Amino acid sequence: MSEIPTDLRYTKTHEWVRDEGDGTLTVGITDHAQEQLGDMVFVELPEIGAGFAAGDACAVVESVKAASDVYAPVDGEVTEVNEALADSPELVNQDPYGDGWLFKMKPAETDAVEALLDAEAYADYLEEEAH
Amino acid sequence: MSRQTPLHEAHRRAGARMVDFAGWSMPLHYGSQIAEHHAVRRAAGVFDVSHMTIVDVEGPQATPFLRRLLANDVARLETPGRALYACMLNPEGGVIDDLIVYRRGPEQYRLVVNAATREKDLDWLARQAEGFAVQVRARDDLAMLAVQGPRAREQTLPLLPAPLREAAAALAPFQATVLEHPWMAARTGYTGEDGFEILLPAEAAEGLWEALLGAGVVPAGLGARDTLRLEAGMNLYGADMTEETTPLESGLGWTVAWEPAERDFVGRAALEAQRAQGVPRLQVGLVLEDRGVLRPHQRVLTSAGTGEVTSGTHAPTVGRSIALARVPAAGAQDPEVRVEVRGRPLRARVVRPPFVRHGRVRV
Repeated sequence: MSEIPTDLRYTKTHEWVRDEGDGTLTVGITDHAQEQLGDMVFVELPEIGAGFAAGDACAVVESVKAASDVYAPVDGEVTEVNEALADSPELVNQDPYGDGWLFKMKPAETDAVEALLDAEAYADYLEEEAH
Repeated sequence: MSRQTPLHEAHRRAGARMVDFAGWSMPLHYGSQIAEHHAVRRAAGVFDVSHMTIVDVEGPQATPFLRRLLANDVARLETPGRALYACMLNPEGGVIDDLIVYRRGPEQYRLVVNAATREKDLDWLARQAEGFAVQVRARDDLAMLAVQGPRAREQTLPLLPAPLREAAAALAPFQATVLEHPWMAARTGYTGEDGFEILLPAEAAEGLWEALLGAGVVPAGLGARDTLRLEAGMNLYGADMTEETTPLESGLGWTVAWEPAERDFVGRAALEAQRAQGVPRLQVGLVLEDRGVLRPHQRVLTSAGTGEVTSGTHAPTVGRSIALARVPAAGAQDPEVRVEVRGRPLRARVVRPPFVRHGRVRV
């Protein structure tokens, strides 16, 4: 069973979002997503300053198996990317909710994360998807 | 419902992620496919390849039958115990399947063909065998384990049944044991490393598997098998060659035995015509210079037109992405090409496979 921390928000496209409380959000892919994709070999991150609407493809994670788009969880602008992933894409597998984060963004609406799934709803969604 | 190999429960116990492959439930990996890849390059790994189809061809006309059936010439197998890689062609020169043929005796051969092509191959064999005094028999009673890596032989030998051990230890590359024994050990494989492929009764497979794991051999899945074979520059049937492509267009010209000229194998006339006219497309190896991952079906832009990636992946030993591609013949001479990777033309160096052999990067 994959790990789903209760302090994060989630999307149905398997991104997680942490509200840092300073007006920024950190975004990564869930433990379930990294497990499904397998060993990561390449991560393509957005440009800092780039603006995205919720649901836009904004990054790519490539595993040995396949390339997968990562979608912006909310409307906003990218403020920082995880440079360590250029040389160590395996961090996404090893620590998806920690050192394997992908990028940070400044949301257009301050309460945008409220619309995302909480841990329980995401767990239910995974359960549904499995059947 | 997928077919299961005799090791199905053993895979579950080893923590395998199982996937459907050609109608079989097979292990994709046991946690990390990259770790399994490195284990095979650096020490030893074991693959369950019991899904492969093993076919015995025996009878007074087994040799003439196979000399007609295969583009490579089994007459090269002068003594029992030798093995040959060969393509089975249709009359148009397209590849029906690739296989390994082992000579087991004066009139006894064993073929190992792909799982995905099983029904089509058995059909073709039965039809081609008409008029020859041969029996063609699928050996579904056998399982097959591939133990591969620099330490594979030393770790496998003590676990073999005593009568087989000495013969297996004495095998040169591409040789197999010929004893009257239900097990067969061959010094062949699909990884570019040394090792054995062991064909054995299905009921004995789990015992050997557990003994190998007990000796420290790492279980390896289909994922690692694919990255290892691609680094070794070995083609995958259905990806790098199909019935629509000839061996000459698939980097397999070396497997076509043109001499003796009077040997009339299926597909010969078509290959000769293609050779006379000039082979329109050729296989090349690619090493990606930019960051990204080469994948099947990406477009390859050469000075002579567009080609296509047939197999591509991240190559753990090379540390970059590599591919096999089919390109217009004149474009195969380009030192560098572009590959369209997710909408962007990335730079790739054109190389001659293998990319890795015996643990060493060669490109």
